[in-house]
Amino acid sequence: MSFEVREGEIFGLIGPNGAGKTTTMECVEGLRKVDRGTISVLSLDPRRDARALQNRVGVQLQQAQLQKRIKVWEAVDLWASLYPRTVDGNALLERLGLGEKRNAWFMNLSGGQKQRLFIALALIHDPEVVLLDELTTGLDPQARRAIWDMVRGIRERGKTVLLTTHLMEEAERLCDRVAIIERGRVIDVGTPDDLVRRYCPEQTVSVSTSDPEARSRFAGITGLESVEQEGTRFTLRGRTEDFVTDVIHCISENRIRVTEFRTETANLEDVFLKLTGHSIRD
Amino acid sequence: MTSAAITVRSLLKLTWLEIKIFAREPLGLFGSIVIPLLVFIGVARLVPPAAVMGPPRRGWPGGGFLPVLTTVLIALSAVGSLITIISIYRESGILKRLRATPLQPAIILTTHVIVKLLLTALTMFLMLLAGRRYVPPGAAVPYLSFGIAVLFSTWAILSIGFVIASVVPTARFAQPIATFVLYPMLTVSGLFFPVAMLPPSLQIFAKALPLTYAVSLLSGIWKGDPWSAHLIDVFALALTFVLCVALSSKVFRWE
Repeated sequence: MSFEVREGEIFGLIGPNGAGKTTTMECVEGLRKVDRGTISVLSLDPRRDARALQNRVGVQLQQAQLQKRIKVWEAVDLWASLYPRTVDGNALLERLGLGEKRNAWFMNLSGGQKQRLFIALALIHDPEVVLLDELTTGLDPQARRAIWDMVRGIRERGKTVLLTTHLMEEAERLCDRVAIIERGRVIDVGTPDDLVRRYCPEQTVSVSTSDPEARSRFAGITGLESVEQEGTRFTLRGRTEDFVTDVIHCISENRIRVTEFRTETANLEDVFLKLTGHSIRD
Repeated sequence: MTSAAITVRSLLKLTWLEIKIFAREPLGLFGSIVIPLLVFIGVARLVPPAAVMGPPRRGWPGGGFLPVLTTVLIALSAVGSLITIISIYRESGILKRLRATPLQPAIILTTHVIVKLLLTALTMFLMLLAGRRYVPPGAAVPYLSFGIAVLFSTWAILSIGFVIASVVPTARFAQPIATFVLYPMLTVSGLFFPVAMLPPSLQIFAKALPLTYAVSLLSGIWKGDPWSAHLIDVFALALTFVLCVALSSKVFRWE
């Protein structure tokens, strides 16, 4: 397994459960010893230089807990006491939307609030690198989106983020680059768009029309690979970069009356399926 | 700020936090302080005053048995509680989260030892207050020395708890393991009958157990012995602490 994370980017390790994402993350965090090979974080060895790195790296672990009856502000205050340099804990809680929960016990927080608290603990010492392991697993869509905004905020403050996720939507919306992991191996690395373009270049356009000439008109589209017809509905497939534009152009030029128009683009889930032969959910 | 200053700051912060968290659990507070106190008062009403708080006579039975028994039981309960808390912290992932910070395991264990010692001291203080009226007139009970002996013994016995707490996998196993390891020690510790009355092989076994020295120290100090008469006990308990701390730092498991 080999990958490099660039300064100031959000880099995602993506793959199904059991692919080795958390194991990799724990090696990067220095919590787990590597069997072989080397890891360098900010030019330091995560195990040998653990002390030095802990002050420069913020960590959010998968499935971590705090004492049930610890208050939100107490946890932040305790964490702040562990580092030589910290940010203002109250301001941090406000920024993460936990200002009103300062005095709440950990056990009384919702899943999203707990995760936001863990982000606060990971950021309290103003780290250069932030490691987030399965940050939004188990959260509802609304809480998930709120957390994504926070992670983008971390990047905007100039930090580098390495995260793991098995949610392809999360990777697509959040990550600048991703490494696809399967059975402990990196299959490929790239931006989500780049990976989709490389592995799933096919574009699909669905058009509904009762125009009797439609099929013959569509046949003239540049780059068209196939046309399927079901009643008045046509499914057009092509690989060229301007395929969708060419379809629109054809419809417009031939004045075809359209009752429905839909494009389907491939996503990271399709890339994963293409690369591994099985769905990420399997 | 130096790393030593940060260590002290985090130790104090965590200790104060653990005290507050403990105080927020009414059942824990009740079980640790109120129950021992009620049991003590109840027993004290049933047995003759001299047996409760009076200075012990040579051999057994005699006065002072109850304070020593109570002390040892409170110390063992503190060990059980330490083991349970650490195993709950491990099982639920709290230790794992702390591991990803500069906090060292020694700080976490030390924090819990301080909390347990403070609780022991508070319980003993309340018990001595409750027991004052049972002290025969004119009997000089060395409260301060006994208090120090209590904390010193508890501190050493807690270190046995470190080792168990370092490796016990789940909270469900913690209490039975603690009971299995600690309470048999009590039977041959010299509390119920003198060690000299045991068969020779059991005497060797008893002398290898730290609880025997704790009982000897506590009974002696209560009786009015000077500390110099119990240097072997003090040395044995200190050695127990050093060995157990060294062992637990080797075998400590975060998860």
